[in-house]
Amino acid sequence: MKKIAVIGGGIAGLEVSRLLLQEGLPVTLIEKGSRLGGNLRNYAHLFPDFTPSDEILGNYRFLPSNSDLQLLMNTQIESIDFSTQPYTLHSKDGIAIPADPLIIATGYQVFDAKLKEEFGYGIYDGVITSVELEKMIKQHHIVTPYGKIPRRIAFIHCVGSRDAKVGNSYCSRLCCITAIKQAIETKKLLPETEIFCFYIDLRMYGLTFEELYLNAQKEYNIQFVRGRLSETSEMIDKRLIIKAEDTLIGRPLQMKADMLVLMVGMEASDFSKQFAYHNGLEIGDHGFFQPLNQFNARSKSQKEGIFFAGTSIGPMSVAETIEHARAAALSAISYLKDKEY
Amino acid sequence: MAQNYTEPSKKIYWKDYVKNIPDDDYFFFRSCIRQTFFPGAEQAFLFILKNHLHKNYFDDPRLTTCTGIGYHSDIIPLETLHTLIARHFSIMNESGYSNLIISCVTTFGVMTEVLNTWHEFPETLEKTRKNLLKTTGRTFELPKAIAHASDIIYLYKDEIGKQLVYQLVNKETSEPLKVVDHVGCHYSKIFPHHGIGGAEFPKVLSEIIKAWGGEVIDYPERRHCCGFGFRQYLIKESRGYSLSHAQIKFESMQPYHPDFILTNCPGCNMFMDRWQYVIQETAGKVYSSDGNGIPVLSYEELAALLLGYDPIQIGLFMHQTEVLPLLEKLGIQFDKNEYSKLRAESHHNTKISR
Repeated sequence: MKKIAVIGGGIAGLEVSRLLLQEGLPVTLIEKGSRLGGNLRNYAHLFPDFTPSDEILGNYRFLPSNSDLQLLMNTQIESIDFSTQPYTLHSKDGIAIPADPLIIATGYQVFDAKLKEEFGYGIYDGVITSVELEKMIKQHHIVTPYGKIPRRIAFIHCVGSRDAKVGNSYCSRLCCITAIKQAIETKKLLPETEIFCFYIDLRMYGLTFEELYLNAQKEYNIQFVRGRLSETSEMIDKRLIIKAEDTLIGRPLQMKADMLVLMVGMEASDFSKQFAYHNGLEIGDHGFFQPLNQFNARSKSQKEGIFFAGTSIGPMSVAETIEHARAAALSAISYLKDKEY
Repeated sequence: MAQNYTEPSKKIYWKDYVKNIPDDDYFFFRSCIRQTFFPGAEQAFLFILKNHLHKNYFDDPRLTTCTGIGYHSDIIPLETLHTLIARHFSIMNESGYSNLIISCVTTFGVMTEVLNTWHEFPETLEKTRKNLLKTTGRTFELPKAIAHASDIIYLYKDEIGKQLVYQLVNKETSEPLKVVDHVGCHYSKIFPHHGIGGAEFPKVLSEIIKAWGGEVIDYPERRHCCGFGFRQYLIKESRGYSLSHAQIKFESMQPYHPDFILTNCPGCNMFMDRWQYVIQETAGKVYSSDGNGIPVLSYEELAALLLGYDPIQIGLFMHQTEVLPLLEKLGIQFDKNEYSKLRAESHHNTKISR
């Protein structure tokens, strides 16, 4: 068995593995599912320039054939034995995998929108999540559950983010720009459809995000309403009624829509939380893995020989995830070099 | 049917939430206004507890108001409210009971608010203890359990269901009756964990309807206030707000042609019932196709009716919106002449001049 172990076959795990292999270091890449690519496989295009996600994933297509890579698919790691040198990972199926170092790239999961019961997800068919809309965009086919072209769509920002009621007080960062990207893509596919975005405030942190936001208004006539949704109901004809407050004009608002898209935020994956709990790894207040510090050791854990890559430590864009994975790979290489001396 | 409520096929998180409802030895706290408007409702609840569920309860005549209406209208100070509630608890302690069962949703909201305030701010509890001792010489302990009377009917819905003489089925068509549930705002909107099903989709009434053969109608303004709103109604100048909010609900439920409205709150029961009449008299609008309006029942009235109690005995003739068409749909046997006579007597001189 190879010594360096990477848990998670999303883009963070793939990028870490790619760099380590490039340096001639053998890697065991462990993925709990049956396909590589993680959450990125759910996306058609990426903000801010609409790069096809397949293009990014394509960078890793030759990775599995690398002879220095041992790929373990459908393998779920349950525990780490810290008493051995190197550490030993034990899978659910009883496989023992040496890990020195170990890079944790277990990613994120999206917020379960059913917990915001007042928004009607899982209750009214016309309420979908941004992940489900992305699949429709990928298929170039956006229809209501009743097979009709939606004449009006409302995007709801910050679903499961910045919301103490559901226990997620943090900002997921990417949902604002994703909503704008999806709104534009929807408008391109359905030019006659009215689109409204309900936001708390728009966090356009990227260099070109603000331009995309302005473009959405000017070129695509997408309407932005500052206000949170309070309630969704369904009418007898199965259209939706939403209630919100327009906080710029200070008045309550009621609107009919054919479809509601909930911009679900990023959460630490259940696997990460359980894995951390059972193996004594530190997690932060928001459920993500806690790096050694937030400045020059964001890929290091509190434990020697264990590193983090990507969204296992918090919400990140694809570009940030790749950069963070590279930092994790570099930290792992430095760690190995230090051990040799 | 497209308009049916399709809850069972979907996952609703709050649906799994079940609060602790005591199963016997109840200390019953009455409503101030119910016995005036719907005189049979509370008595029906006690009949059901005693004769059908064989439960022990105590209906203590020393209890007075919870001050909820005054409190929500800003004329009762918080300290006074706390002290009065403490007195009720003291009386309950004295009677040897610890399971508090409340008839009124306003009182239920007040009690849960006071208990949560005392929990969050223990100094207010200590102050209340001092105030009560100083004013009445009494001490008190907190109830072990607190539940609304509709929670008890919910808890025993299946046991009651086995004893039903009538089902929520149209006698003529054999179709389930379409029922709109209206759960009082203060039942679970203040503290969702105190209500069966939480705040967004409380199921305390909808599950009762389903258990007894009816069909629950989900409609857009299901969660909207009945219009009471305390100050909205109690201050005469703002009474239009009360009426207009009730109107929003009626307009929203009308397309579904409900057979009746089921409530668990004395205020809601009254406003859903009376405002239909006011809208009919002032605007000429009726929300049912038979021209009578949509009947409004409380959960105890419904339970008693289906258990075979005489509609006259449970005071249904006192309802402003005519209940007779519903009684006929259910096939209930009773003296219609006597019912009509009593209804005419109780509703004389109630015509509103336009």
